[in-house]
Amino acid sequence: MRYVKELWEEIKVNKKAMIGFVILMFFILMATIGPRVLKLDLTIRFSERYQMPSWKHILGTDFAGRDTFVQLVYGSQEVLSVGILTATFTILLGFFIGALSGLIGKWVDSIIMFITNLFLTIPQFPILIVISTLIKVSNPLVFSLILSLFSWGGLARAIRSQILSLKHSEFIVACKIMNLSTMHIIFKEIMPNIISYIAVNFIFIIQSAVNASVGLMMLGLAPYSPTNWGMMISLAVQNTGGIFNPRAYIYLLSPIVCLALFQLGCIFLANGLDEAFNPRIKSQKGS
Amino acid sequence: MKIKAVFKKVLISFTTVLCAVLLTFFLLRLTPGSAIDGLARQLAQTNGITLEAAYERVAKMVNYDPREPLHKQLIRYVNELLHGNLGTSMIYQTVTVNEIVAKALPWTVFVLSISLLISFLIGIQLGTRMAWKRNSILEPIVSIYATITSAVPGFIIAILLLVIFAYNLNWFPYNGAYDIDVTPGFNLPFFWSVFKHAFLPILTYVITSVGGWALAMKGSAISVLGEDYVNAAYARGLSDKTIMKNYVRRNALLPLITSLAMNFGFMISGSALIENIFSYPGMGYYIAQASSQRDYTLMQGLLLVTATAVIIANLIADLIYSKLDPRVSIEE
Repeated sequence: MRYVKELWEEIKVNKKAMIGFVILMFFILMATIGPRVLKLDLTIRFSERYQMPSWKHILGTDFAGRDTFVQLVYGSQEVLSVGILTATFTILLGFFIGALSGLIGKWVDSIIMFITNLFLTIPQFPILIVISTLIKVSNPLVFSLILSLFSWGGLARAIRSQILSLKHSEFIVACKIMNLSTMHIIFKEIMPNIISYIAVNFIFIIQSAVNASVGLMMLGLAPYSPTNWGMMISLAVQNTGGIFNPRAYIYLLSPIVCLALFQLGCIFLANGLDEAFNPRIKSQKGS
Repeated sequence: MKIKAVFKKVLISFTTVLCAVLLTFFLLRLTPGSAIDGLARQLAQTNGITLEAAYERVAKMVNYDPREPLHKQLIRYVNELLHGNLGTSMIYQTVTVNEIVAKALPWTVFVLSISLLISFLIGIQLGTRMAWKRNSILEPIVSIYATITSAVPGFIIAILLLVIFAYNLNWFPYNGAYDIDVTPGFNLPFFWSVFKHAFLPILTYVITSVGGWALAMKGSAISVLGEDYVNAAYARGLSDKTIMKNYVRRNALLPLITSLAMNFGFMISGSALIENIFSYPGMGYYIAQASSQRDYTLMQGLLLVTATAVIIANLIADLIYSKLDPRVSIEE
């Protein structure tokens, strides 16, 4: 709790972080409260298609007469849950692997780092495409597990180097002399020291996970939800000739704008926090 | 550069390629049995052969026979790979994966290398300038630009470019790599057609990556500006232009060389979406197409080639880097 408060203090001071925070809060509210207030109705009504924005349909209707705004709201729930789940799994995986590698060292370290580099070199997105055809992606949980399986590499490497630099500090050496377990050292001693780093990464991973998930959805490779933003973009581009049809522009643009705004929010918050916590950047700014 | 160190780098890359082979093998093994059964039945019907013979033929086509034990499957797969055979497409049964790779890879490499080159050159120009004149208007503009382009995914930019310049303004074509009415070869209409088709994909990559290069170059150049040899150059009374060109830019460039390879991998990763949006017949386009048609052999073949390309690019960058910068000796 104390840590959350500290984080909040930093966000309040840093303008960039504040903007990012407000944007993300907006999306989180949209994803949590929105679906409770609005009702998703996917019945096809051709008589009402391609309507312009009105009081009844805030962002107009799509190619089948369905409300764009409501779809967007339900989509935000999908997108956010995949992003947050992926980030959680990735952080756990990356932290655990990186910490093990850094703490144990020797040949375990070499092997783990070799595997990490392997995951880092093999291009991520094509593999995700192939895997999503082999494993049926039917809900956000499976989706985020697959996504995190291929995104922990960079984090693990960074955590490892953080731990290597902490490893020989006095308080860790003291723990070792006191014969405390590795788990205790990882979670009770090292974790608090790199938690700000993890917080920044958490946001960055959400950002890239949302990016990848929307991309996969757009290719139609995880077609479990018609309201996911990627699915909306894909439908707008393919089904409706949204590209040809100026009346479908709002339907095409709304998920795009939301996605861009969400990404911007993530980047602002993460960069802002990074500036606040990272002493190296801080001093650079001061000089 | 020591031969031994080079050898070690090559060995590591080679092992990585082997791991990629193992990975694609296991992905191939995940091919649903129903797909293979369906293909065998279809072959038996169209060619009037027994089901047994059809299965045999399918196994030859996809380099994988589910009825064999695991180690024999692996031997079969690796053996075919060593003979340079990636299998036959499960959908277009007369086309081999090799043929598709041979058709697709040049387009991807062409577009990616040109985009990389353009964004790299513009990026280092901007970056050096930003580092040189710290308080100019350029700095905030480029910073904001870089933030926005890192927030907007490449495929979104691709869609927007497609909508604006291909569909609405009709300036550029919206699919393919060249018009069907030109003859591929060394002639002007063909080049013009290729240029027109590649323009928007290249523009997409350049827009998304130029900001990142500029910021990276700026950071690198600023750290070089603090070096003693730059001060010494000032003391010798060299002109600003010479210092900027020969002392700052050259040295600041070095760390960016390794990013080139990483960026190449990153771009290949993103190319699946971007090529798909422009229907540009490169590797990424075919991977996405193969996956939507459930063409398992084609998918694993393209994946393997893509992964190998990235691994080789990384190796080359590593070697070039240690060659360019004498301060870095690849050892360990």
